[in-house]
Amino acid sequence: MRDALDGGFTDAAPDAARAFRAILTAMARPGQIARVTGATGPVPMSLAAAAVLLTLCDPTTPLHLAGRYDTDAIRAWVAFHIGAPLVGADSADFVLGDWADLLPLDRFRQGSPDYPDRSATLIVEMRELTAEGATLTGPGIRDSACLSLPDRAAFRDNATRFPLGVDFLFTAGDRVAALPRTTQVF
Amino acid sequence: MTDYNFAYLDEQTKRMIRRALLKALAIPGYQVPFASREMPMPYGWGTGGVQVTASVLTPEDRLKVIDQGADDTTNAVSIRKFFEKTAQVATTTRTTEATVIQTRHRIPETPLGEDQILVYQVPIPEPLRFLEPRETETRRMHALEEYGLMHVKLYEDIARHGAIATAYAYPVKVAGRYVMDPSPIPKFDNPKLSDCPAIQLFGAGREQRIYALPPYTDVVSLDFEDHPFEASKAPHACALCGSGDSYLDEIVTDDAGGRMFLCSDTDYCESRHERGAA
Repeated sequence: MRDALDGGFTDAAPDAARAFRAILTAMARPGQIARVTGATGPVPMSLAAAAVLLTLCDPTTPLHLAGRYDTDAIRAWVAFHIGAPLVGADSADFVLGDWADLLPLDRFRQGSPDYPDRSATLIVEMRELTAEGATLTGPGIRDSACLSLPDRAAFRDNATRFPLGVDFLFTAGDRVAALPRTTQVF
Repeated sequence: MTDYNFAYLDEQTKRMIRRALLKALAIPGYQVPFASREMPMPYGWGTGGVQVTASVLTPEDRLKVIDQGADDTTNAVSIRKFFEKTAQVATTTRTTEATVIQTRHRIPETPLGEDQILVYQVPIPEPLRFLEPRETETRRMHALEEYGLMHVKLYEDIARHGAIATAYAYPVKVAGRYVMDPSPIPKFDNPKLSDCPAIQLFGAGREQRIYALPPYTDVVSLDFEDHPFEASKAPHACALCGSGDSYLDEIVTDDAGGRMFLCSDTDYCESRHERGAA
């Protein structure tokens, strides 16, 4: 087992700044795949997911570990590097897991009409991430984009809840892509 | 070892702002509350923009800061120096060379590209604030998409002045849903908000709100069928570079009614001047 003390950013401020810029670009341009590096979490966590957690999560953001990500090694790593309280699906700001363990999506915080931003961000671990498959349109996309999404119907349902709903970050290896609730999936 | 953490803010603050920025991009035009920090400059001097810039900057960035279009005014110079000192980033006055541009009240004349981020300093983020002072009510109005009051205001403009008199901070509707204050840019700049290839981020420090426009987002200036929106400017050409389609500042040159009209975007004017002289 890896040591829980390993795998954080080497130089926290610039590493997190570069990782965030990649995540920001991904969220602003749905379908565009960016690279994030600098962190290593315990297996089966991808490099990208580790960097996303270190960049966005801290003791103020409840985190839900779904399915095979809820291990002692990952709990210890999160406790040391991030300090996020580990919670159930219904009260998490951030969720980490495989797609199959995240359904149904209405378990997660959807935001309220007054505060639609108080909704969960789901970090979906993928085997691979490529610019093919489902067609995406909406804010951030010039004409249309393609992304290898694990599903279509669930994302369509989520988009119909706008301005409520959850937002997605997809991670595979050192790659990250995003799907905000505004994106229409075909 | 430097005296400051990279880009001044501590990491926990940056994470909080970064989370707000992602939600702002996911809900275009919606104002995300954030825990604005005290900055080493007074509220009203761009603390919101500075906090957003500090949270998106990377060591590789090249920063440009403009105030009413100018690179050489006090506010722009101080903020540029602030980031030179605290983030050691390169700076520039050239719009085309910048990767991050912080702006007060203008959008550069030179079209922005996909690799650029425009950060706006925002004094009053709530477009409905002067019509309804209660935050609880404006929040509910946004939730219900109840924007009739804004149209009444624009209509009263027409009834009183014969035209929509609002000349800056002209309200827009984003992606068909949220009505947004584009910050006090002249309405001449409003068409540049829509379908922009760059990422546009808005930070209001005193009011503690962050909002955003993803690239290629539909942004419509509110108007009426019989009184369509018009992007207006002074009907002159720039006295220095001769540009007929840039936004102009009016400068009083003597006490006998002498006036001069100059580009408000200093980099645009200088670039044209240099090209003309060469």
